[in-house]
Amino acid sequence: MMRHLPVFLLLAAALFAGVPDKADGQCKGFARRICRLDLEHYIHDGNYHAAILTEGEEAELYKTFYADQDYRIAICGSDLMADIQFRVMDIQRNVLYDNSDNDYKGTWDFRLESSQQLMIWLRVPSPNPGEEPESGCVAILFGLSGR
Amino acid sequence: MRSVIARRLIAPLILVPAFFIAFAGCTGNCSRQERDREFTVELPGDSPRDAERVRQIFYSLPSPVETALILKSSGAVFDEDLLNPVENVSRYITNRSMALNLGIYTTNLSYASLFDQAQICIDYLDASKRLADNLGIIDAVDNFTLERLEENISNQEVIMDIVSETFMNSSSFLQENNREPVAAMLLAGGWIEGLYLALNQVDEDDLEHNKLINIIIDKKLSLEIVMLLLRQNSHNEDVAGLIEEMGRIVAIYEKMEIKRSPVEVDRSGEDGVTVLRSSTDARIDRQVFTELKLTVTDIRNSFVS
Repeated sequence: MMRHLPVFLLLAAALFAGVPDKADGQCKGFARRICRLDLEHYIHDGNYHAAILTEGEEAELYKTFYADQDYRIAICGSDLMADIQFRVMDIQRNVLYDNSDNDYKGTWDFRLESSQQLMIWLRVPSPNPGEEPESGCVAILFGLSGR
Repeated sequence: MRSVIARRLIAPLILVPAFFIAFAGCTGNCSRQERDREFTVELPGDSPRDAERVRQIFYSLPSPVETALILKSSGAVFDEDLLNPVENVSRYITNRSMALNLGIYTTNLSYASLFDQAQICIDYLDASKRLADNLGIIDAVDNFTLERLEENISNQEVIMDIVSETFMNSSSFLQENNREPVAAMLLAGGWIEGLYLALNQVDEDDLEHNKLINIIIDKKLSLEIVMLLLRQNSHNEDVAGLIEEMGRIVAIYEKMEIKRSPVEVDRSGEDGVTVLRSSTDARIDRQVFTELKLTVTDIRNSFVS
């Protein structure tokens, strides 16, 4: 058994290394083909933030937003990830926006009078009791108006 | 992301995930525990219960596209002499120099595109493609993209879209292929180039009336995130060296006192755009400005030489 352990480790390592890349690649395609459309006339800043999340899980993103710029945040999930909730908070975690107050709309447009470091928090809703949680891509993209 | 997905997909192989998780470390996206060790701003409200649910932490730096837009809206003008000449591209043969200069060239490309510099855009996209290819980034810029740029050279919207796509292709490829240290250096290169361009467009005798000064001061906010990204990749020798160099900039920013008022939300705008109202009280004296400019120029020139 011990003789085969290195082979087993190598095979498992290959599995470990390969499967997530494919999943991540699918997430990138999803972000590019689907989520980018939600930015509409805003210019995508080119940053890529996407991950595979399971129902009930959360993610956080920290970013500096600059004064006098018009921003759009677009958050989208694959079909299995309906009604993703997101909040925009300042560094003291005061909630500045919560999309659950706006029918879980996936985009929010805003501008700042002075630059701020903000946090975007999102949560994929938990599955109904007794149901297996689903997993899928969730992406956060930013657009600027370039006005 | 890799460790999270692995836990789900190969949970039965207990031995192997344990082995890899032990050595994976925290890279571009990391756990709340890793974040809490590094993040310097106050984040009350965290709890162990939250930690179980939070699967991803992202740090987002200003991209070359955002940097160029901010520079232009703050009154920057186009100055070709500030760009890193494309002729330098053949000098970059290490991962470190290629990554840093890919960030620098992409920022130069964004900057040129906003000022309708058609031929310069083509040259810098070509230089970016060469560096991306040499870094092993597949399809960051394909032949179709180059043709599309040439066909739309007077269409600023298409050019910005190409720049955005190029940057996304490069950084996502590196992140998805376990090359987060290279991705972090790419971002750091773009960050320092943005600061270099801003610093070199300000008249030192007229600091009070230049809007670019605000951008330079606000860079302190994103510098925190740059340092977080670099520290998360400090196991990489090149990144460790970069942290020391960037530390010189951190030390200068610590001399600036910046006060920010609480944010108030104003939804009364007719255009449907929410305004986050707040003010910043900050000042930079001439001595600190000069020190920052000399230091940033010195570090940036060491990257491009």
